[in-house]
Amino acid sequence: MHRIVEKKVLSDEVFLYRIEAPLIAESRKPGQFVIVQTDTEYGERIPLTIADADPVAGTITLIFQVVGDATHRLAALPEGGVIENVLGPLGRPTHIEHVGMVVCVGGGIGVAPLHPIAQAMKRAGNRLIVILGARTEKLIILESEMRALSDEFILCTDDGSRGRKALVTEPLREVCARTPKPDQVVAIGPPIMMKAVSETTRPFAIPTIVSLNSIMVDGTGMCGGCRVTVGGQTRFVCVDGPEFDGHEVDFTNLMQRLRTYKPFEDQAHERCHLELQIQELKKHA
Amino acid sequence: MTYSNPESLERIAREHLAELESRTEPLKPKERLRIPPQVMPEQPPEERRHNIREVALGYGPAQARLEALRCLQCKNAPCVEGCPVRIDIPSFIRAIAENRPEEAIAIIKRNSILPAICGRVCPQETQCQAPCTVGKSLKNIAAAVSIGRLERYAADWEREMGRAKPPEVKPETGRKVAVIGSGPASITVAADVRREGHAVTMFEAFHKPGGVLLYGIPEFRLPKRIVEEEIETLRKMGVEIRTNFVVGRTRTLNDLLEKDGYDAVFIGAGAGLPKFMNIEGENLVGVFSANEYLTRANLMRAYDRERARTPIYPSRKVAVLGGGNVAMDAARMALRIGAAEVHLIYRRTEAEMPARVEEVAHAKEEGVQFHLLQNAKRILGDEYGRVRGIELLRYELGEPDDSGRRRPVVIPESELVMEVDTVIVAIGNEPNPLIRQTTPGLQIARGGTLVVDEDGRTSIPRVFAGGDIVLGAATVILAMGEGRRAAAAINAMLAEK
Repeated sequence: MHRIVEKKVLSDEVFLYRIEAPLIAESRKPGQFVIVQTDTEYGERIPLTIADADPVAGTITLIFQVVGDATHRLAALPEGGVIENVLGPLGRPTHIEHVGMVVCVGGGIGVAPLHPIAQAMKRAGNRLIVILGARTEKLIILESEMRALSDEFILCTDDGSRGRKALVTEPLREVCARTPKPDQVVAIGPPIMMKAVSETTRPFAIPTIVSLNSIMVDGTGMCGGCRVTVGGQTRFVCVDGPEFDGHEVDFTNLMQRLRTYKPFEDQAHERCHLELQIQELKKHA
Repeated sequence: MTYSNPESLERIAREHLAELESRTEPLKPKERLRIPPQVMPEQPPEERRHNIREVALGYGPAQARLEALRCLQCKNAPCVEGCPVRIDIPSFIRAIAENRPEEAIAIIKRNSILPAICGRVCPQETQCQAPCTVGKSLKNIAAAVSIGRLERYAADWEREMGRAKPPEVKPETGRKVAVIGSGPASITVAADVRREGHAVTMFEAFHKPGGVLLYGIPEFRLPKRIVEEEIETLRKMGVEIRTNFVVGRTRTLNDLLEKDGYDAVFIGAGAGLPKFMNIEGENLVGVFSANEYLTRANLMRAYDRERARTPIYPSRKVAVLGGGNVAMDAARMALRIGAAEVHLIYRRTEAEMPARVEEVAHAKEEGVQFHLLQNAKRILGDEYGRVRGIELLRYELGEPDDSGRRRPVVIPESELVMEVDTVIVAIGNEPNPLIRQTTPGLQIARGGTLVVDEDGRTSIPRVFAGGDIVLGAATVILAMGEGRRAAAAINAMLAEK
């Protein structure tokens, strides 16, 4: 049982939960994730990245976007409520070292897992350039936190509602073209963004790490649902990843695999909406 | 085989038994051999392929006694030699024949702590029933005494009568043992170590304990309430069970020993990474490991579409690759999930299939179509990256290989295409990788299994291991046997200090 100590609505669809998970708070490292299940009997297990942790308070911070049934149910929990099952930390931690200049590129909700990595990169003595992107102003998260960490901060939105009107790849290309060029790029966001980032850095031969979020059941290497094609080889996101060399990842395959249960998910999400509405109506009746 | 309904099987057995009991002379071996082998009562195939309930319904009392009367009570008891945990089989069978089920279960429990489970899932035809004199005399191994079904009968009797009692626990010793995983090896170790009065904590990564008994073996073969009751017994004995705890990540094995004060650790983390064939198209949408498919269906209960939140792929035509129990489970589960056609593809013949004979028979009765001496060459996808078919190659059997089975040899240019929308790969697992990745100093064999001595000791002092993480993919009973030996070694070590 994991109590939700703090619940914040970051935007319409994006929530921040600080939850009690003392063991995970103590052992987690940047780049790792958890698997969350709201209901032991029938709930779905979903992977969520860890945005932050406080080992003293024994809490971890999860930031998630409502995209389907499971996240919807999670979002419906109140502050003070409990999440029945949280497993972690899972995945290999990010390899952090002093390389010189690091560019962290975050898209949408991907900024959440990027935050602890950026923190660690900075702490390791790297010069840090942060490029944040979102569809629109409302979907920007952790702006001040990321700004505070960075030596250079670039913000862009698809619709120009805040910052530069551009995709993240535009400023990224400019940064890559500078002399000296960056030593490493870390990109976390929607797969299509990570793909574009990897294509942008490829001609500059800048090592590019991406963090993949895939379909998972157990998260410990048992089910194989999370497999991705990397450099022509099958790899498991949960035990081999979640971070891989962006230049080697088969993003097309990843995106196709992420849509495996799309019809089911849409239907379940719909049903979930209805059930929650009924609950609300009952409460007011 | 024609289907007989359970009531008539029990009625016929009752009549037969009455006739035998009316006689005053003890039965002669020849007469015992003439008693017909008792057919297991089952749900009719056309019904069960649409439900998740247990297929085999279990013997009634008359059937059980009649089957038990078939046993010749051999002095040399070859069946006991065939049992990995050496249950005193003739004695427990005699107790059933003489209508003393309570004694029967007590005899079984001296050697096996999970009889209701082993009676259902053990490969008896290659173990205790293989050397059975009755089968040999009748020149038909299928006509051996059904030892497994009788074991199940005794265990079910005890449970249904509410007679099952948790084993006695000796006074607390103040020693602490960590058990990693909650499958058959770990359950055995937890029970045997706890009995000696040591504190036991069981760590399970999933949200429910039971391991492969829960996520792997389907409800229709092993009802989950039976597994839950075994876990409940551990709880009653005072075993602490911590779910959502993955050793290697939440805490490392060294943390358990150095920081958390455990005096010994048993690693029963089981199978891990599912094996794939490394063929083209294996990461297409619609290709699943049997582990994933079965976990969604079993543990996550995706068969219950009304309530379960976990999706399962809506298949119409399914190809299952493999010939073991897991392949049969996946094929039969796919039918129950709603597939119109399920094709099982195996590169040898039925004689070489590692699956239990009963599972193969059940799969066929339920309509799984077998394609023998064929194997996948590649999986074909459509423009959305979804499976649209599988290209197969035909094989013939050549010379025997290392395993003694005749090696399948590909027939050149024998390609054929089968249209399917789903492919389930059931060709085995590699051991769980997490513990070896996060525990320096742990000696690993080729293939990733842990190296242990005959008592289950690993290369790290105070750390033991058993089950699939040592054996590779094996059976419940072998895991239990390993657990027994490791528990005895742990108890001996703790008694010395």
